Amino acid sequence: MRYSLLSLARHAVRGHRGWSPAWRNPEPQTRYDAVIIGGGGHGLAAAYYLAKEFGISRVAVLERGWIGGGNTGRNTTNVRSDYLYPESAALYEFALRRYEGLSQELNFNIMLSQRGWMMLIHDRHQLELAQHRVNALVCNGIDAEIISCEEVARMVPYLAMGATARYPVLGAFLQRRGGTARHDAVAWGFARGADRLGVDILQNCEVTGFERAGNRILAVETTRGRIRTEKIGVSAAGHSSVVAGLAGFALPITSFCLQAMVSEPMKPILDHVVISPNTGIYVNQSDKGELVFGGALDLYTSYGQRGTFPTIEHVVAGCVEMFPEFGHLRLLRHWAGLVDVSPDSSPIIGATPIDNLFINCGWGTGGFKATPAGGHMLAHAVARGEPHPLAVPFGLDRFRTNRLIDEGAASGIAH
Amino acid sequence: MLIIDCPYCGPRSEEELTWGGQAGIVRPIEPEVADDATWTDYLFFRSNPKGVQFEQWCCSGGCGRWFKVARHTVSHEILGTWPYDADPDLKAVIGAAGKCGK
Repeated sequence: MRYSLLSLARHAVRGHRGWSPAWRNPEPQTRYDAVIIGGGGHGLAAAYYLAKEFGISRVAVLERGWIGGGNTGRNTTNVRSDYLYPESAALYEFALRRYEGLSQELNFNIMLSQRGWMMLIHDRHQLELAQHRVNALVCNGIDAEIISCEEVARMVPYLAMGATARYPVLGAFLQRRGGTARHDAVAWGFARGADRLGVDILQNCEVTGFERAGNRILAVETTRGRIRTEKIGVSAAGHSSVVAGLAGFALPITSFCLQAMVSEPMKPILDHVVISPNTGIYVNQSDKGELVFGGALDLYTSYGQRGTFPTIEHVVAGCVEMFPEFGHLRLLRHWAGLVDVSPDSSPIIGATPIDNLFINCGWGTGGFKATPAGGHMLAHAVARGEPHPLAVPFGLDRFRTNRLIDEGAASGIAH
Repeated sequence: MLIIDCPYCGPRSEEELTWGGQAGIVRPIEPEVADDATWTDYLFFRSNPKGVQFEQWCCSGGCGRWFKVARHTVSHEILGTWPYDADPDLKAVIGAAGKCGK
């Protein structure tokens, strides 16, 4: 069923009782042309692009829990493409461009809101770094600018930036095309799109092992039976090391909890996404009125998917430091995603030591904004057996050849 | 909030400690003959188990010494702490705790 104003009106007069499920819930078949492990945004996008752009539609997505229930449902929904190095800029810009057309393409409103992504500048050094970054971005054809502190005050009136502020504000780095997208809708839209093209989405289907012959995988063992396949794509974020371990190889990934939290809802008070490099806090207001904010990683590795209290306290303190008014609010809930941090804070995409298994991981704390890119790059690797031109620099072999893309240092990522 | 026994100072909250990653990483003994694969493993590859691992923690708010901790990465349970030069057996530690993998 195609969603439209007409279909909405037709269902409204029938009391909304006639909507059909957006995707099927099929039984696993015994054989697929390709299997994607991980039913988050990236995995669902990979299945969708495999079917739509690479002509492989006998595809299964294996999800341990429910789709979009991992990091896709546990982030702060920010999208942007302001990465420093040309390789990263091209990749994240690919994702943002896809996001810009995604609602129309999927016929599913992902509620992309390009409200502007603003990183505050607190001192001269940050001003110089921001200027450097703007120059690099503009050279790479990506919008970015520096705005004055008067402009910041006009755009974010509740920000503490006067004489009493803990950190003075000299201005801000702004990417106007950055903003937020509805995280669940991204997963659901890709799931619906993939399902309509014939992809089987298998939930509650955990991978328990691989049947190997030499350097090839013949079948995937799951909690819902054995599935034979030609090709496998792994998009398991914080569990990438576990899946790789089952397949018999190691990844340079460590898994941390990254927390985020929301306040009780309130009337519109914050029109943009604001991040401070000094507090490490990023905050925006959801369409429901909740303030959505997060900060740095938890302090030690974890597969716990729940946050630790010292970090909650640190994040809340930083947020109130930036917006003292927010101290009146209560927290509604908090959560943690399992982020897969790579040594250079850049993703790992493409071939692995297993001939027919390809990986898409290492997005760390920034995976949501890259969902269409991660999915497309993984689909390309699975379908063609070689990396997409944009993914070539992001191979697993870069750690051996020492060609790192160190965005951790370059873009001042808070992790 | 984790409470971890520093072998020298006794129980300390996690805020007084600094996590230092996987314990027992050894720099290639003969750097001039180590090949690229050895260096790659040493520099970039860390154990990332969903389960118990040995970690190094520093008593940064106390004595400033590094020590070894066996911690479960799902439950965050601390199975034991030792001075850094101790060499406990992981299987024995897990067996003694008797309830890991929960």
